[in-house]
Amino acid sequence: MSAEHTTAIEIASGVRAGERSAVDVLEQHLAAIAQGEGAIHAFNLVLTDEARAAAAAIDAAVAAGNDPGPLAGVPVALKDNMCTRGIPTTCSSKILEGWKPPYDATVVTRLKEAGAVIVGKTNLDEFAMGSSTENSAFGPTRNPHDTSRVPGGSSGGSAASVAAGFAALSFGSDTGGSIRQPAALCGVVGVKPTYGVVSRQGLVAFASSLDQIGPFSHTVADAALAIEVVGGHDPGDSTSIPRPAPDVVTILGDGVEGLRIGRITDLPSGADPDVVERLEAAFDALADAGAKVVDVQVPAFTYGLTAYYLIAPSEASSNLARYDGVRYGLRVDAPDTNSMYMATRAAGFGDEVKRRIMLGTYALSAGYYDAYYGKALKVRRLITDDFNRAYEHADVLLTPASPSVAFPFGDKTDNPLAMYLCDTYTIPSNLSGDPAMSVPFGTGAEGLPVGVQILAPALGEPVMFKVAAELERRAS
Amino acid sequence: MSERISVDDVAKVARLARLDMSTAELERATSQLGDMLEHFADIDELELDDVVAMTQPYHLVNVLRDDVETPSLDRDEVLAAAPEVADRRFKVPPIIGLAD
Repeated sequence: MSAEHTTAIEIASGVRAGERSAVDVLEQHLAAIAQGEGAIHAFNLVLTDEARAAAAAIDAAVAAGNDPGPLAGVPVALKDNMCTRGIPTTCSSKILEGWKPPYDATVVTRLKEAGAVIVGKTNLDEFAMGSSTENSAFGPTRNPHDTSRVPGGSSGGSAASVAAGFAALSFGSDTGGSIRQPAALCGVVGVKPTYGVVSRQGLVAFASSLDQIGPFSHTVADAALAIEVVGGHDPGDSTSIPRPAPDVVTILGDGVEGLRIGRITDLPSGADPDVVERLEAAFDALADAGAKVVDVQVPAFTYGLTAYYLIAPSEASSNLARYDGVRYGLRVDAPDTNSMYMATRAAGFGDEVKRRIMLGTYALSAGYYDAYYGKALKVRRLITDDFNRAYEHADVLLTPASPSVAFPFGDKTDNPLAMYLCDTYTIPSNLSGDPAMSVPFGTGAEGLPVGVQILAPALGEPVMFKVAAELERRAS
Repeated sequence: MSERISVDDVAKVARLARLDMSTAELERATSQLGDMLEHFADIDELELDDVVAMTQPYHLVNVLRDDVETPSLDRDEVLAAAPEVADRRFKVPPIIGLAD
């Protein structure tokens, strides 16, 4: 990993001004990939030819006096669960290996329109189910800070691609922490916007009431720009909020004077001491910057894990019913249709995906629906109400993004529940739909990165980014 | 191991989920699901009778558009992704007339 990374904003301003060529920028990143990808495995697919053509087109547009847009020439990596027309989109699953979508996801369209250069599709836990990227059918991604450790997950490839300098910006999806936790473990910024701010049209669905797309970047400003580019209403997603993307770029220098930063006094325990130490340092830094630290309670926070692991698998069991060997992907031949479904799904899905489909099918089945899924939906309401009460006293809340720094491979693979506990602090924001982000704030054990999570009320991206920018200034 | 779920329950769930599973896989799944359900019992202590279920973050309304033709996916491009096609349609094995 090189010590200095060029930011997306620096690249785009240079390319738009004709001072840098998009082709040169791309070649620098392709060289970094050629050198480092063997050790990291961030990508399922590197789009060398397509990226070279796109970068040349950007340079031609600039030469012709046209403005390619706010991400002109910026190399961007996409989690391999976002549809790219004519380009394989696998979700790191054998059941979709080789599938070429017949359309682009809305985020892909918007990135291209903004002048971004798509460099590749990144590795993930199969169908975004996991917290370490060890559940990929194509092998794990390794953490650029220590290749004996996981990058986090499920968007581990996207986080690692930015941390390793393979892309200036990347995108992931976050259903229970799948952007924020790998961002923390890889030492980059990761944002889960408010549910409905970024269109999911063309994002392969995992749990539709929780899934949200967001960026990874080296700087808070790059993440803010990314949100403004891909956010805003899309008629192609019926859950898309009918308003423009939040205004988060212009407020980054505002500071935090007078803001109320909430400390959750009844936060579930379980975070390692080095992580807690960095969280305390973040409260101190914001207090030094003129913010006021206030105590709040979110009593139902601790029940988030249970609510999530009943709701998300239930929705997944329904969403993943479409992988039946009929219209796309793998088919295992059998004499009748039902046997073909059962053989195809048994061969195509990995262990964790099967586990969640089973759990969800059980939670939704006759006789158990009220006891599990129905109850989880009520707990979801309690959590959301508790957050809303906390936000009467605080503008944002701070928690750890992950209970620990990056852990070694194999540490949690034999114990699904231990893996699920990685999501303790990130899950509640998905249940409420509120925005949250992880910002690097120093290092913990073994010199590995620690992320602090900022939580804000629905559509509170502006205040969340103000706090993130202040933490970034005070981290260095 | 938890008593919350039996191997027979899990076998039924696997059939509902259309997943072929071996006896060894069913036993392992029973143990893992049992442990999870044990952990998830923490919400049983909550008083939830008067709480309204929340299915998604925001109140959703039906989204309608004018009934005018717009471009749709290219049929041949879509069919090209299918495991088996006949007469420009998806082809599947027999649905009826066989056991189960």
